[in-house]
Amino acid sequence: MTSLPARALRAGRLVLAAGAAVFLATTVAQAQVSAPPGPTVEAIKKRGALNCGIDTGVPGFAFQDNKGVWHGIDIDYCRAIAAAVLGDPEKVKYTGTTAAARFTVLQAGEIDVLIRDSTLTFTRSTVLGLDEVAVNFYAGQGFLVRKSVGVTKAAELQGATICTVTGATLELNIADFARSTGAKIGTLLFDKPEEAIAAMEAGRCDGYTDDTGSLAGMRSTLKQPDEWFVMPETISKEPLGLHIRSGDARWQKIIFWLDNALKSAEEFGITKANADQLKASTKDPFILRLLGAEGDTGKALGLDEAWALRAIKVAGNYGEMYETHFGTKALNLPRGQNNLYTKGGLHYPLPIR
Amino acid sequence: MTGKGRALAWQAAAVVSATAVVLYFANNVATNLAVRGIQFGFGFLWAKAGFDIPFHLVEWDVNFPYGRALWVAGVNTLFASAICIVFASALGLTLALMRLSGNLLAVGTSRALIEVIRNTPQLLQIVFFYFAVLQALPPMRQSVTIGTSVFLNVRGLYVPAASGELWDWISGITLVGVLVAAVLWKRMGMLVPRLLVLPPVLIVGLLAAGFTAQWEPPALKGFNFVGGVRIPPEILALALGVSIYTSAFIAENVRAAILGVHKGQTEAAFSLGLTKGRTMALVVLPQALRLLIPPLTSQYLNIIKSTTLGAAIAYPEILQIFARTVLNQSGRAIEVMTLVLGVFLVVNLIASAGMNAWNRRLALQGR
Repeated sequence: MTSLPARALRAGRLVLAAGAAVFLATTVAQAQVSAPPGPTVEAIKKRGALNCGIDTGVPGFAFQDNKGVWHGIDIDYCRAIAAAVLGDPEKVKYTGTTAAARFTVLQAGEIDVLIRDSTLTFTRSTVLGLDEVAVNFYAGQGFLVRKSVGVTKAAELQGATICTVTGATLELNIADFARSTGAKIGTLLFDKPEEAIAAMEAGRCDGYTDDTGSLAGMRSTLKQPDEWFVMPETISKEPLGLHIRSGDARWQKIIFWLDNALKSAEEFGITKANADQLKASTKDPFILRLLGAEGDTGKALGLDEAWALRAIKVAGNYGEMYETHFGTKALNLPRGQNNLYTKGGLHYPLPIR
Repeated sequence: MTGKGRALAWQAAAVVSATAVVLYFANNVATNLAVRGIQFGFGFLWAKAGFDIPFHLVEWDVNFPYGRALWVAGVNTLFASAICIVFASALGLTLALMRLSGNLLAVGTSRALIEVIRNTPQLLQIVFFYFAVLQALPPMRQSVTIGTSVFLNVRGLYVPAASGELWDWISGITLVGVLVAAVLWKRMGMLVPRLLVLPPVLIVGLLAAGFTAQWEPPALKGFNFVGGVRIPPEILALALGVSIYTSAFIAENVRAAILGVHKGQTEAAFSLGLTKGRTMALVVLPQALRLLIPPLTSQYLNIIKSTTLGAAIAYPEILQIFARTVLNQSGRAIEVMTLVLGVFLVVNLIASAGMNAWNRRLALQGR
C-alpha cells in the first residue's frame, strides 16, 4: 500500500502532465496560425530599430551624400527589411564596416544583418558560422585600368601590379587566376579603397581590382573617369549578398523570402507606384498573395500580412532599385547577370505560395 | 595581523580575482565559440596561402603555407623597425643638439619641427609622406637612370641583383665577420680604433664578392621592370613617417638627458682645454647616454609597434599580411590575432631585454 503523500504526489504529477499536454496542444495549434517571430526579430522590435551592417562607401551599394543620407542598393535592402519587420523604413541603424572587420561585427551580434557587397563563400558559411541567405548582386572580379595602357583581357596583365583592398576574396582570386593561366600579376594591398585608388592614380600600380559593381562606382569618383575603363572580362564569380549569424532559422526565412518578394514584384510588374492600387484591383492570385490581400504569408513568417507590400513600397521592386543605383542615370552599368531569368539574367525568385 | 601579513593577503586576493576574471572571459569565449559553431585550432598554419607578398626579404611563393607568411611578414616588420630605429635615433640626436646649440636659427627650427611633428597624428603623417613620395617620383616610363642599370621611379628603386655561390659565401662571411668583430672589438684586445679597420675590410670583402657574382640588371618589360632588386616606395614612406614622428620624442629625451648631466662636467672639460665639440662627444654624451637609455627603450618599442601603420600604405608587414589577409582567408580571427599579439610581445620583450642589458653595462657601479 502506498502512503498518502506518495498518492498525492502521483495525482499532482497527473494534473501537471495533463496541463502540459493542453499547453502543448494550444501552442501547436497556434503555430499553425502564426509562427513565433524568433529571437532576432524580438530583439529588433524591442530596440525599435534594425542594425544593418553596410559598406563604408562604395557608390551603388552604400555611400553617403553631402547631407549625410545613405544611398545604394544595400541601403534599400536594409530599409525594406525594416519596413517589413518594424513597419518603418527609417528605423535602421547603419554600421559602416571595413572588409576586414565585417564578419566579426556580425558574429559579435552588433548587427542583425550584413548587407555589404560581400561575396557568399564556403569559408564564410562553414568556418565563420554564418548563413548566406540571398544574392542581391551578381558580380565578378574585374579590373579598372587606364585606357592608354591598351589592354583588353585579364591575361594581358602579365607582369602588371594591381592595387586592391585587403581583407576580401580579391587577392586570392588574382593569385588563383595567375596560377591557372601562368601569368604573374603583383598585388599591392591597402586598408581602404580611397588610398588604393589614389596610389593607382599616382601611377604606383597599373590598375585597381574589385567586383564589377564596385568598380563602376569607384570609377565615378576618379579625377578623370574618362581616362579609365572597366575591363569587360572577369576572373571570378562574386555573388554579393546578405549574411546573418547562423542559429535563427526564422530570421533566415524572413530575409530569404523578402529578397524573393522584391524580385517577384519585378517579375509580376508590381512597382513602388502601383503596389497599393494592384492590391485593390488585381485578379492575379499570385499578386494578391504577395501583397497580403489573400492567404497568410505574413503569419507564416511571424510578421503581419502587409510585410511584402511595405517592403516593395520603400524603394520599389528589385529592378527599380537597380535602375536607381546602377541604371543609365546613375553608374550606367548594364544589368547583364542582374536581370531576371526571363530576360537572360540570373535572378530567379522562388514562388511565394 | 602584521603589516606584512596584510600586504600578503591583499596580494593573494588580487591574484585570485585576476585569475577569476581571466577564467570568466576564457569560459565566455569558449561557450560563445561553441554556440556559434566556430572551430578553434592552429592547423590552418600548414594550409597553402595562395596569395602574393609584393615585397619580401626571405623567399616567398604563393604555394607556401600560412605559417611561412608569418615568417616573411615578420621579417618585413623587423626590417622596417631596424631602419626606423637607426633613422629616428640619428634624427632625434640632431634635433636635440640643434635645440641646445644656442644658435637662434637652429634652436627655432628644431623647436618648430618638434612641435609640428609630435602634435599631428602619426597615421596622417605616414599617408602624407606616402603620397608625397609617390608624387615626387617620376612615372615608370620616365625613370631617373643612374649609370646604366639603376632606375628610380614611382614603382621604387631598382638595382642590379647579384647571385652565385661564391658571392653568397664571400659576402656572407664578410658581413658576419665584420659584425662580430665590431661587437667584440675591445674584448679581442684590439688597440686601433675599429672605425679605421672595419669599413675598409667590409668594402674590400664586398668588392671581392662582387667580382665573382653574376649580375642581373633590371630591365623594363611590359608593365614593370623585371629582374634586379626592387626597393618599393612604401618602405621609404613608412621609414620617413615613423622615424620622423618618433625622432621628435627622442629629441626631447636626448635634450633632457644632456641637461641632466651636471654642469660641472662641461666646465671641467672646458678648463682642461677641450673644444665645445669634443666636450659634447667625449664628456657629456657618454654620461647622458646613461640617463637616456630607459626612455629610449620605450621609444624603440613604440617604433616596432608603429610599423603596423604600414598596413595603411600597402607595406606588407605582419598586421597587413597576417591580421588582414590570412585572417580573412582562413576565418581564424582569434588564432590569428593571438599569434600577431604573441609575435609583437616576443619581439618587444627581446628588444627591451637587449636595451636593459646595455643599460646595466653603462650604469655606474656602486651607486
